[in-house]
Amino acid sequence: MSQAAETLTEYHDLDGAEMLRVSDLHAFYGESHILHGVDFDVKRGELVTLLGRNGAGRSTTLKSIMNMVGHRTGSIVINGNETLGMKPHRIPRLGIGYCPEERGIFASLDVEENLLLPPTVRSGGMGIDEIYAMFPNLYERRHSQGTRLSGGEQQMLAMARILRTGARLLLLDEITEGLAPVIVQTLGEVLVKLKERGMTIVLVEQNFRFAAPLADRHFVMEHGRIIEEISAAELPSRREHLNSLLGV
Amino acid sequence: MTMIFGVPLMVFMGQLMLGLINGAFYALLSLGLAVIFGLLKIVNFAHGAMYMLGAFATLLGFQYLGLNYWVALLLVPLVVGGLGMVIERLILRRIAHLDHLYGLLLTFGLALIFEGTLINFFGVSGSSYPTPAALQGGMNLGFMFLPTYRAWVLVAALVVCLGTWFVIERTRLGAYLRAGTENPALMQAFGVNVPQLITLTYGFGVALAAFAGVLAAPLYPVSPTMGSSLLIVVFAVVVIGGMGSILGAVITGLAMGLIEGLTKVYYPEAANTVIFLVMILVLLLRPAGLFGKEA
Ligand SMILES: Nc1ncnc2c1ncn2[C@@H]1O[C@H](COP(=O)(O)OP(=O)(O)O)[C@@H](O)[C@H]1O
Ligand SMILES: [Mg+2]
Repeated sequence: MSQAAETLTEYHDLDGAEMLRVSDLHAFYGESHILHGVDFDVKRGELVTLLGRNGAGRSTTLKSIMNMVGHRTGSIVINGNETLGMKPHRIPRLGIGYCPEERGIFASLDVEENLLLPPTVRSGGMGIDEIYAMFPNLYERRHSQGTRLSGGEQQMLAMARILRTGARLLLLDEITEGLAPVIVQTLGEVLVKLKERGMTIVLVEQNFRFAAPLADRHFVMEHGRIIEEISAAELPSRREHLNSLLGV
Repeated sequence: MTMIFGVPLMVFMGQLMLGLINGAFYALLSLGLAVIFGLLKIVNFAHGAMYMLGAFATLLGFQYLGLNYWVALLLVPLVVGGLGMVIERLILRRIAHLDHLYGLLLTFGLALIFEGTLINFFGVSGSSYPTPAALQGGMNLGFMFLPTYRAWVLVAALVVCLGTWFVIERTRLGAYLRAGTENPALMQAFGVNVPQLITLTYGFGVALAAFAGVLAAPLYPVSPTMGSSLLIVVFAVVVIGGMGSILGAVITGLAMGLIEGLTKVYYPEAANTVIFLVMILVLLLRPAGLFGKEA
């Protein structure tokens, strides 16, 4: 591919400063009270996971950050900005890229249109050549209808399109769900590359074996709360405890 | 004299031409309805009233302000489209979270208000608007006489329809519209101001109706009820074509105009009902419409 693929986009400004702080977050879908006081924080350049059984409230936490649920109370500070009162379309402009659990590939757009769709939120996003170098399959299939891609390719497209926007904080919901091991491995390599470049990542995962080697910290959710925080260093000694929490 | 299935060529072509002109109006109006329905999911019953306002604004602008046709052609869609945006922003947005049936009822009510108000001031009898000087007369094509204004209407409507299709299917703004139609929540999560997109889309759909109204002013009597009678046929066209396809709306509009014209030649008694017969057939055989996606 072209020269541009050689130039890597880096995001190492202000490593270690606070990127996201969620405090006492409650969230509702209509009458149903789903999140009951979620607290966690993410530093710049960190990769943290939200683990938990199905229905624990991990997807709802990401959606709440994007202001995509009904009603919310508490506090969500992104990059020093309180976002609880912000309109949904303003939040990504703080430099956030969101990859939904259902992937959200648009059927009425071809692959390249899907890729170019999200508006730039910050300068310094990856160039299209750099993205195609990272996901060669997408380049091959750039003129196909978005939803004609395989599940793995759709997942890569859903990831790729938020890398273009200059987002520094990625919220990724179950990106390995239902994918073949070889594709899961590719996604793992992509995350390692993104992390090396200084991207901050919140990863919602079921596949703990995928998440474990990548993450700096793990947050375990249950019944709409964070019930446990485990750092990468503590992981070996607390593995069994974690397994019992996740029911694996 | 050349005959086509027992009908003189001149008569045949003349009716086909009339059908095509009607079809051009069906196409413009059903296109606007499809654009609005895509993003707002509302069946815009005020569409006929907006077409009527377009024609009325052209007439009144000429009578009171001396605005000529060409100025009206640019200005009227902007003004009426602006009115559409105000309606969306102040009224439709408030009920956007309710069942879309309420949007249909509300726009129906708005149509009655606009129509009733104008009837109050101007009565129901139509006024005529002069054909612009540059478009008077016509040309003899040998097999038929083609009035210049009708040729112009056909060309202008086709250019606007194809332009709209191009913008929606081939540009970035169009990609926003298509994606917003599919998943507005995700578009917001990408940073797109969807409420604003909705306002602009409604305004654009209404502007298309007003544009059709300007084109219609020199052809048909300008009256407060001109929209409601046309809209019923346009809804049938939309049912036949299927909601949601831009090109489908345009093609179906033109085709139905032609079918109407042909029926006038061979069985005039059915000319006013043939579109509804086609509609019933389509509903029975392909309920999503000829170009609609089966749900
Ligand atoms: N749109 C919704 N409306 C009502 N309840 C919902 C909705 N989405 C999720 N829930 C409920 O919220 C809870 C948390 O769901 P979710 O955040 O998707 O869990 P997780 O991602 O951890 O599996 C579940 O009990 C689920 O049934
Ligand atoms: Mg989930």
